[in-house]
Amino acid sequence: MNAFAQYAVDTVSVGGLYALTALGIGLIFGVMRLINFAHGELITAVGYGLLLLSGAALPVAMAGSLAIAVLLALAMERVAFRPLRGADPETLLIASFAVSFFLQKTLALTVGARAKGIDFLPRLGEPITILGLRLQTLQLVTILTSAVLLAALSWFLARTRWGLEMRAAAENFQMARLLGVRANRVIAVAFALSGVLAAAVAFLFVAQSGTLTPRMSLELVVIAFVGTAIGGLGSLVGAAVGGFLVGAASVILQTVLPPDLRAFREAFAFALVILVLLVRPQGLFPARGLKERV
Amino acid sequence: MRTAALRRLWPLAALLLLILAIALAASLAPVVIQRRVVEVFILLIAVVALYVFAGNSGVLSFGNVSFMAVGAYVSALLTMKPTAKAVFLPGLPTFLKAAEWPTVAAALAGGAVAAAFGLVVGVPLMRLSGIAASIATFAVLSITYVVLGNWTSVTGGQNSLFGLPIYADLWAVLPWALVTVAAAFLYQETRSGLMLRASREDEIAAEASGIDVHRQRLYAFVLSAFFSGIAGVLYGHFLGVLRVESFYLDMTFLVVAMLVIGGMRSLLGAVLGALVLSLITELLRQLESGVALGGITVAAPAGLGDAVLALAMLLIILFRPQGIAAGRELAWPFGRGARPIASDKASGGEIR
Repeated sequence: MNAFAQYAVDTVSVGGLYALTALGIGLIFGVMRLINFAHGELITAVGYGLLLLSGAALPVAMAGSLAIAVLLALAMERVAFRPLRGADPETLLIASFAVSFFLQKTLALTVGARAKGIDFLPRLGEPITILGLRLQTLQLVTILTSAVLLAALSWFLARTRWGLEMRAAAENFQMARLLGVRANRVIAVAFALSGVLAAAVAFLFVAQSGTLTPRMSLELVVIAFVGTAIGGLGSLVGAAVGGFLVGAASVILQTVLPPDLRAFREAFAFALVILVLLVRPQGLFPARGLKERV
Repeated sequence: MRTAALRRLWPLAALLLLILAIALAASLAPVVIQRRVVEVFILLIAVVALYVFAGNSGVLSFGNVSFMAVGAYVSALLTMKPTAKAVFLPGLPTFLKAAEWPTVAAALAGGAVAAAFGLVVGVPLMRLSGIAASIATFAVLSITYVVLGNWTSVTGGQNSLFGLPIYADLWAVLPWALVTVAAAFLYQETRSGLMLRASREDEIAAEASGIDVHRQRLYAFVLSAFFSGIAGVLYGHFLGVLRVESFYLDMTFLVVAMLVIGGMRSLLGAVLGALVLSLITELLRQLESGVALGGITVAAPAGLGDAVLALAMLLIILFRPQGIAAGRELAWPFGRGARPIASDKASGGEIR
């Protein structure tokens, strides 16, 4: 029973991080059919922002690096993706690859490709005991942050005017525009939100790993990408659930696979993606209005 | 009548002549430059191989580099000296331990195994279209990377695999480059190639006209996997060392970038993309190692080439989405009536 609770906490904290990353990607895909591979560079930018501002007080450093992520997301949209609006998803995917590589290589060029250590929120690494379970504080913080952000995002999408516009745009962009939704604004808001989500993920991720490299978010984004694909591109519920599922799958595979197969667990996750795509090409929670009508 | 046939084959002949001319020029150049040209030819094979599938079908594949990896490791295992294998790969199955094949046979085997792998993943994957297909090929890339990186008894896992015979010099690579380009051109002129190109323009209309899109895509995918495998084989025997890392995102990005920048919709685009980008990266590499300017050596920071490559790709997508070649093949330059042969009336303004 105790072991089970331990696994449950592991699953939820790992899954929460993936779900937040997947949501950042899913938000953008919803409004403009773009799989933003450069989402990872937002996370990386926040990490290096924290390093840059490590002399300042903690809230200042966090707010500053959050601002970096939001501005970078907006700049990305303005410079690279706005001219391509309406291009087909593959073109957009290639463009985001190019943006991602450009930012990553430019960062490596300026700060060097070698890993840098960063001591961000070291107290989160301490273990605490709750109801007989020994947990890392960070795990609890991750779970709490994910829960709060998911709730806030659901509230935003369900209850606010901008949220409503975003859902309308995700369902049928053309129709939403005809009914008075401003394309530029709704997309900019989506990018800004994805910047906020990236910052949250970066805080948790950096506190956990303690190191920075220009490629640090690659694995995270690839896994979140898997989550979005499994959950259903364009569906926000799908992205969140998909992210959780991938987190759960990796914790479960880690425990049930025999030791010499454990290294292959990512291969199993990707095989799962192919399987889901074959059975349900639109994902587990298909978004409405995605299939082209003839 | 003879000119008609010549005209029809001109786009191919011109490309072959171009490659031959580069090879001849390189054979007179110093060894360092020759090695660069060999590398360019290997990349050219990889880009043209990707083009065979992605260019003709309009579905971008991120998985072709995994076929390169398969080809490279198969050929490595078949050609390495048994003594070297005993040192680096003690856990190898016995039939592989003793194998010491001639290089050409091993290269063909590498291509064949890559093609077989392409067939196995292609049968289910080719049912997918558009973005789902791209994601699935990406999944294939990641699976291959994880499996090869952890299958220590056969690939050496995270360690580099040393001791490959280094035979891929200019004269070993040139024939493969010519064969690959010729095969790509002849394929796109066949009935099967034309049907696939029709499905690229409009999948639903093609299906309505009785084209089995799934089957045609599969043919192209397997052919593409074969030549990707060959590119991997040559790359391994060019470097003499294999690392799983070499066949992952960076290589994928390089090959895709070359194809996109050159222009995905024509063979000319694939060839030009590989050549032009190699030239630019080479110039940047020279800059990185330092240029003497009036007594002082000015060196660009290392890694500049990669950043410029990414930027070039972004600019091309933004401002010339059809790539350098814009879907055209080389036209017959002599006399009137010159027209592009490969029915490339590009309809959309976007790369697909």
